[in-house]
Amino acid sequence: MPSEFQAEPRAINGRAPDVFTPDGWVPMRGHADDKEVDFLIVGTGAGGGTLACKLAEAGFSVVAMDAGPYWRPLQDFASDETEQQKLYWTDERIVDGDNPITMGANNSGKSVGGSTVHFAMVSLRMRPEHFATRTKLGYGVDWPICWEEMWKYYDEVEKTLKIAGPVRYPWGPKRGRYPMRAHPMNAAAEYLARGAEALGIDWTETPIATLSAPHGKAHPCVYRGFCVTGCSTNAKQSVLVSWLPRALKAGAEIRDLSMVGRIETKNGRCTGVHYVREGEWRFQRARHVVVAGYAIETPRLLLNSASDAFPDGLANSSGLVGKNLMVQLNQAAWGQVADEVRSYKGPPSLAISEHWNYADMGKDYFGGWSYMSQGPLPISWAKTLAGGHGLWGQALIDEMARNNHSVGLKMVGEVLPDERNRVTLADETDQYGLRIPRITFSHSENDKAMMNHAVDFMDRSLAATGATERWKEMSDTCHLNGTARMGNDPATSVVDADCRSWDIPNLWVCDGSVFPTVGGVNPSLTIQAVACRTADRIKALAARGEL
Amino acid sequence: MADRFPDYDVLKKRDTPSWNDKTREAVEKRIATTESDTLTEPLRAVLRKLVDRIVPQPEQRAPVNAAAQVLEKIAANRGDGFRNARMPQVREAWERGLKAIDAEARERHGAGFAALNDASADDVIRALQNGDVKASEWQNLPVDLFWNDRLIPDIVSAYYAYPSAWSAMGFGGPASPRGYVRLQANRRDPWEAAERKDGHLIPAGERNLHAK
Repeated sequence: MPSEFQAEPRAINGRAPDVFTPDGWVPMRGHADDKEVDFLIVGTGAGGGTLACKLAEAGFSVVAMDAGPYWRPLQDFASDETEQQKLYWTDERIVDGDNPITMGANNSGKSVGGSTVHFAMVSLRMRPEHFATRTKLGYGVDWPICWEEMWKYYDEVEKTLKIAGPVRYPWGPKRGRYPMRAHPMNAAAEYLARGAEALGIDWTETPIATLSAPHGKAHPCVYRGFCVTGCSTNAKQSVLVSWLPRALKAGAEIRDLSMVGRIETKNGRCTGVHYVREGEWRFQRARHVVVAGYAIETPRLLLNSASDAFPDGLANSSGLVGKNLMVQLNQAAWGQVADEVRSYKGPPSLAISEHWNYADMGKDYFGGWSYMSQGPLPISWAKTLAGGHGLWGQALIDEMARNNHSVGLKMVGEVLPDERNRVTLADETDQYGLRIPRITFSHSENDKAMMNHAVDFMDRSLAATGATERWKEMSDTCHLNGTARMGNDPATSVVDADCRSWDIPNLWVCDGSVFPTVGGVNPSLTIQAVACRTADRIKALAARGEL
Repeated sequence: MADRFPDYDVLKKRDTPSWNDKTREAVEKRIATTESDTLTEPLRAVLRKLVDRIVPQPEQRAPVNAAAQVLEKIAANRGDGFRNARMPQVREAWERGLKAIDAEARERHGAGFAALNDASADDVIRALQNGDVKASEWQNLPVDLFWNDRLIPDIVSAYYAYPSAWSAMGFGGPASPRGYVRLQANRRDPWEAAERKDGHLIPAGERNLHAK
């Protein structure tokens, strides 16, 4: 069990934890509940944390709330999968549908910094055509933002996070050098490279958000390999150690252990939020409310805020709040090799191929996928072998003992928007008395065709490197997007291209919920890029008096 | 099977730069976890037998307290962040599941699960895995969901949270702040496990004595 949960708020009384110093503090501007702040942001992950920084630096008064604790990684994080479950959102959520989603760990964070505190750091740009799949590729729906503009914001985020990546990226339009040089590849990554070479496709070092050179108060990555349970050395450029220290310096207030339960509206506008902190319901007044709780908590809050004026929930005149939930496919191929690979060393995914994001021929399905080398930790690997591979008893113990010779490739595959995949409210309530989310998901025939193609291809790649005793893991998913989609038409989207709600002019959404489609790449870089764009649009609108 | 990593013990790294204070605190607390008196003694006996067959103890290494850890989770009724709409919460699921396993054992072998020999217990476990169950107790607990969402993840997570299980698989164990230096295939940092191999000049066991 996790040894303790941080129970008391730390970011209070004019100071916040200094993430770079054990027991350290940094000054923080405070804002009274009854004083109207310019922007109240719900959530401090890739969307909310980034936006809090950019808006505070633009001179707005900002309070960003997070339901989770404010960690100091250097002293709070163990090298231990079980202890670090304290980073996950483990409050109860009901799952159903034909393929109920496994929630809680790889797709949900409850910490200041959100799930970037435990993300795998893979930092990819979406393929340009994936911002206009309907027009260019004949499926899904177009984004209301063009790829050229997104490319500009990707630049900004990559510079901020000091992404370590290859000198030349093999796919897509020419891009500049990554801010830091790529990390050395571990043995698991070399197996991806050798397989790709044998099959005649491109591969490269994965662009990744962990330092390959010193930066500020953080040292380079030490390759301890516990990345997805939180980085205890601060090499990982999570929102917690990148955007939020800047946000605090610029005058933002981060309120930890603050669960927002309801957005209040009056005369068609938001007036603030009801939130619980230290066991007490409070009300923070705000001129604008930004919901940034990721693809489950964002629609949950909008739906839980229903009122007489908005009986179906806020921002929901289209009826699309909670709909079009998109996971990404996360199937894998595994095998055994004679080499001692020891894939637990280094970040888990140091090599990648995006070949099938960019190649459209040779597919009997829509959408793209990438695949990466893998480095599962013991519990995660044991659950894979026992769950996906059906091993138990001495067979499981013996297979675990061969872990240092295991290699694997895992996909991140595009799931298409489908209104039947959705978040609704269950009748049950949580510890705050709030209705909990019900998450309904079923794979489409398109998903199944993509999975089959991908696992066959990855299996061939492993075979080409001499891996034996290969098997296919068919049941995993990752990431969550799409439950408050952006668009150009109020009838078919929840927010506009600026991520502003069509229905309520001072209500915004800033997280993966706004994605109309997801492509075959991990979403965190794109979420941060959209947040930077939203901040620029808010500045421009404010300058024109249109906020 | 002979231990692949003779004399390797991640606990020897406890006082090296591979373990920080938070790691020491978390692992020590886990090692000290003993069985709580949650559930009835007969149900605890079913759980012990089940854990023993799903994750057999490592040979000649410190026994893993997986059953105690699972009981701790049951006592706390601590979920993982999701619950299938057809499943009850953690404590209720385990209580129903252990009762149903016991009933399944009586149905198939005429004795409670805890009293079965290993072969008969494994026969019951295979029935659960295949969803081929007979006892009426499964009517209020879908056996496939109990297997996939509770039994397997809870038991293997508890077992592989324990240091001797890490040692037996040659895992580096906790690694903060030191981490690793040698990332290439067949390269081993001196604080990593050496694997038993024929023809090594220095036997693995000898190298593992200094693996810290």
